[in-house]
Amino acid sequence: MNQSEWPLWEVFIRSKQGLDHKHVGSLHAADATMAVQNARDVYTRRLEGVSIWVVESKHIHASNPDDSEAFFDPAADKVYRHPTFYEVPNSIKHM
Amino acid sequence: METLEKVLTPEEQFQARIDADIRIEPKDWMPDAYRKTLIRQISQHAHSELVGMLPEGNWITRAPSLKRKSILLAKVQDEAGHGLYLYSAAETLGTTRDQMLADLHSGKAKYSSIFNYPTLSWADMGCVGWLVDGAAILNQVPLCRTSYGPYARAMVRVCKEESFHQRQGFEVMQTLCEGAPVQKEMAQEALNRWWWPTLMMFGPKDADSPNTAQSMNWRIKRFTNDELRQKFVDMMVPQAEFLGLTVPDPLVKWNEERQAYDFGEVNWDEFWAVVKGNGLCNHERLQARVQAHEEGAWVREAANAHAAKRAAREAVVA
Repeated sequence: MNQSEWPLWEVFIRSKQGLDHKHVGSLHAADATMAVQNARDVYTRRLEGVSIWVVESKHIHASNPDDSEAFFDPAADKVYRHPTFYEVPNSIKHM
Repeated sequence: METLEKVLTPEEQFQARIDADIRIEPKDWMPDAYRKTLIRQISQHAHSELVGMLPEGNWITRAPSLKRKSILLAKVQDEAGHGLYLYSAAETLGTTRDQMLADLHSGKAKYSSIFNYPTLSWADMGCVGWLVDGAAILNQVPLCRTSYGPYARAMVRVCKEESFHQRQGFEVMQTLCEGAPVQKEMAQEALNRWWWPTLMMFGPKDADSPNTAQSMNWRIKRFTNDELRQKFVDMMVPQAEFLGLTVPDPLVKWNEERQAYDFGEVNWDEFWAVVKGNGLCNHERLQARVQAHEEGAWVREAANAHAAKRAAREAVVA
């Protein structure tokens, strides 16, 4: 391995049982074990998490921001997917 | 509307997003100068966290009690963490960790000049927390709303952790000020040395800071250097009074009309001398940093070798 820099990892933390893992940042580590340990030291020094995921950054595929208008466009004109689109008579309860 | 948007240049669209307070994210289009400014500012900020560990590391073995030692260790560990958050944020702009560290070690990149002053007594640990971290917080809180998303998110984390740093420093000062006369003298002497360098942390005067206008326009910065310096003085003078200490500036005086403190002029010759590398500890700090990096080279190589060996073994098993 001629590159001295360790690979980059994205870190996801579950802040408490029952919640999602959420992206918190990234760090460098030689392998996954070290990435989890470093993530503990860098991102959970004050009990911010009960579980950690790490993913090597090169494995993340993202949508392209330049295309985002067209990409997300199909959802833009479908207001009927939201409950607020429908008018409920005042006398109707529990809906 | 559609046609209007088409005639906007990428720069104009970018500025419109900034003006609407829409955060810029790593893969979004941005002007080269915005990217360069951010890389410089974020990496400089990260370097400051890293070098900032050195003056305090100097006192870990000499902290006056186990409690103070534990607190100082936690604070120094936080600073390592803050450096890492910030380096990660800078890397999203396309630079590498290796490049940033190389620039720090060659002296090309700057870090906060405050760390080029020596920490001579235990009261300096109080002043570093109370004054230096207090000044840092004033700089950093507005950065939580800075226009570049990863930088803003890193700063939210930093600010959450930083307030303990300032409080522990104030507590060190308060304990000294409530102690024997000789302890109070030590606190005053440290304040005398740290006051002016801390005021310099906000950077040159607005008139001498050519980048400020552009940074404000890009909403990287939200307040000018002089505005923050004034806020700091207004915040700190009453705190010094509470401690029974005197700020070493005979011109400090409440101005009823401005509802702010007047204060004297920073020694800008000293400021520029330290920035240019001629402070008391510039050489020592950089040398310590380079030495730590070089002496850690075998650890980085060993970890890589270990990871490669494990990966090879797993490949065979699979």
